[in-house]
Amino acid sequence: MEYVIEMLNIRKEFPGIVANDNINLQVEKGEIHALLGENGAGKSTLMNVLFGLYQPEKGEIKVKGEKVKITDPNVANKLGIGMVHQHFMLVDTFTVTENIVLGSEPKKGGTVDIKKAEKEVKELSERYGLNVDPGAKIRDISVGMQQRVEILKTLYRGAEILILDEPTAVLTPQEIKELIGIMHSLVKEGKSIILITHKLKEIMEVCDRCTVIRKGEGIGTVKVADTNPTELASLMVGREVSFSTEKTPANPKETFLSIKDLFVKDVRGVDMVKGLNLEVKAGEIVGIAGIDGNGQSELIEAIAGLRKSESGRIKLHDQVITNLSPRKVTQSGVSHIPQDRHKFGLVLDFPVGENMVLQSYYQQPFSKKGVMNFKNIYKKAQELIDEYDVRTPNAFTKARALSGGNQQKAIIGREVDRSPDLIIAAQPTRGLDVGAIEFIHKKLIEERDKGRAVLLLSFELEEIMNLSDRIAVMFDGRIISEVKPEDTNEQDLGLMMAGNTPQKAGGS
Amino acid sequence: MFANRTVNILIPIISVLLGLLSGAVIMLVFGYNPLKGYAALWTGAFGDAYFLGETLRQVTPYILSGLAVAFALRTGLLNIGVEGQVFVGWVASVWVGVAFELPMIIHLPLAVLAAALAGAFWGFIPGILKAKLGVHEVIVTIMMNYIALYLSNEIVRNVITDGKDRTDSIAPTASLASEWLAGMTYFSRLHWGLLIALFMALVMWFLLNKTTQGFELRSVGFNQHASNYAGMSVSKNIVLAMVISGAFAGLAGAMEGLGTFGYMSVKSGFTNIGFDGIAVALLGANTALGVVLAAFLFGTLKIGALNMPTVAGVPTELVEIVIALIIIFVASSYMIRWIILRFKKEGK
Repeated sequence: MEYVIEMLNIRKEFPGIVANDNINLQVEKGEIHALLGENGAGKSTLMNVLFGLYQPEKGEIKVKGEKVKITDPNVANKLGIGMVHQHFMLVDTFTVTENIVLGSEPKKGGTVDIKKAEKEVKELSERYGLNVDPGAKIRDISVGMQQRVEILKTLYRGAEILILDEPTAVLTPQEIKELIGIMHSLVKEGKSIILITHKLKEIMEVCDRCTVIRKGEGIGTVKVADTNPTELASLMVGREVSFSTEKTPANPKETFLSIKDLFVKDVRGVDMVKGLNLEVKAGEIVGIAGIDGNGQSELIEAIAGLRKSESGRIKLHDQVITNLSPRKVTQSGVSHIPQDRHKFGLVLDFPVGENMVLQSYYQQPFSKKGVMNFKNIYKKAQELIDEYDVRTPNAFTKARALSGGNQQKAIIGREVDRSPDLIIAAQPTRGLDVGAIEFIHKKLIEERDKGRAVLLLSFELEEIMNLSDRIAVMFDGRIISEVKPEDTNEQDLGLMMAGNTPQKAGGS
Repeated sequence: MFANRTVNILIPIISVLLGLLSGAVIMLVFGYNPLKGYAALWTGAFGDAYFLGETLRQVTPYILSGLAVAFALRTGLLNIGVEGQVFVGWVASVWVGVAFELPMIIHLPLAVLAAALAGAFWGFIPGILKAKLGVHEVIVTIMMNYIALYLSNEIVRNVITDGKDRTDSIAPTASLASEWLAGMTYFSRLHWGLLIALFMALVMWFLLNKTTQGFELRSVGFNQHASNYAGMSVSKNIVLAMVISGAFAGLAGAMEGLGTFGYMSVKSGFTNIGFDGIAVALLGANTALGVVLAAFLFGTLKIGALNMPTVAGVPTELVEIVIALIIIFVASSYMIRWIILRFKKEGK
């Protein structure tokens, strides 16, 4: 069998770290080949080497059996390699067609022949079942559609090998199904696909073979038909991984958080939380299940003091914390693992160490009389880095340089370490790999067992079912029912999340 | 490992060298001898004690205006209004200098403080507008420059004097001038302000890097959302950053008012001390030490240039061109960084 792409013994170094070492990747024509690895394992680096954005220190690349030197993305394009980045590179105000032809426009007497371009785009779109409207503006179409435009962009440039970087991270379940269909029709037409992912379910579903990278090193390539998710996970992480989180039954005690008749508006001034009631007790994890946009974010921001509550009250123990400043809320014993770790959780340009004291820098022993004590700060940071297994060259590295999973572990370390009474965990494992997810789940359960109250917000039903001791279903700004995970299943939860109150509501 | 730090230090140095080189090429093209030109520049800046004194005198306000811009940039704000803050600082210091009769131990600090407060107030206005109403500080500070210019002229003409074009000289008790320093440098206008400027560089370094307040200011500068999440007051820190930046700029005005000139006159246009501060901050990579070094370079070029027309026949405008070229090379540091990394890779 001839390989369309061969990357042999690739090594790529950055100052201080080896991002790739001794990695072999061989892709057959017409296959979907998964590239599996934890966050920060070096998948993106390897693909950037293939796409010509980085030059490897060692190793060789062959395209269709011929040795090549890919010095920049244009060379990669000419060799038929196309890449769909995780973050799309589209001009919002341009149409689909304009974005696709950008840079290689068909010309007619010095002007862009947009008619011809549209026809070509339409043909391509139909051939692969992509179903995009060539005349629509990018800003008017859904994220799933935008991704298809990115795929079309590579096809238009004659790509034979498509690299898809975590393509499902931004898609809804329905869109994922459609994308899988598109991938199948692409390989049927003779294209080859490299799928970068850390989601085992997807690999089992669509891929033919899978190459695993762990901590920058190539572990090997396996046939998907001969393996199973458990084996893949342990190959990726380097140890046994358990999927269902083990925990003892909860032992809830006194009520820590109680919310009564809460109303919160969003930025546009629309009521998002509409008379919500909720209690979280010491020693239990309450999971909020719901479809995105039913007021969950507003609820959490209101508790954390980041958003004004219109009416109602939020109580922690006997203290009313409604509309206190974020600092006062923190001081009263609340920790918050925010949904958007880049926007809220970290100052990316600060070193990891300084991020570890983002809320406590003004207290002893991190400062005294307004003067920072960096020795103590970095000592603490190093402790947290060790305890929470944050993989970073050192505590002085900027947070920006860490992978998503390690950034999240740093935040969780910081938030948990303050010994709060209430931990708000908003999508704590979004975009993370199984190893990191397992770790974070274990930590949250540990904190529960120490008698803390945990409020979990997640859009992953699996996570809600696994972790919660009690599930509160949120719909249209209210908690419409409360169930125990053992008394329900994903179907019933799904129905409730769509607004159907079950017959035997287990509400309190 | 070729540390990032080394690259960061190399970039301004290479930029300066490239700027000087391009200056030499331009001199050649226009038929001047670049060696003679640069020799004249050198003697004009360091040739004897007088020139050295004048160079250091010029460096003084540049340090402070550079610190003002750098401080704001480190906290995520672009203070284009340093020029105006220099003006109000200058006027305030001279006003206190001529209006009171006090012992020096009170009078001089009072005049210096007045300048800092005036500059701080001039920074407070764009700061509060940004913090409370989200008005972009660049637009406000540019406008505040014009207000400062014409307001200063009005105050000089109609408040401090009766229709004159310049104020009286300040009382000796408010002056930074030093007979000792002047005597050491063949009666240059070098004054004690240099010590204030160097001390302020130390203050900026300490404040930003060592205090909790500095931690907040930098944090807000990088990420307002995360700072708010962490319990810091974003609007308080924005206002404070502009106030401190303005105070540095106001002190730069005091250097002119209490040190170099000892009076304030009606101006037809900007002094450019503030605008040059932007370049100084850029060249100094927004660090306190960097600003001091960059200010030194700018002062040298400015004073040394005065010697070029008489000795080498090179017009002063050319020196302005060389300075501009250095800035362009610094601003395009991305290009230089890229070239350095290229060389480094091939050298392996």
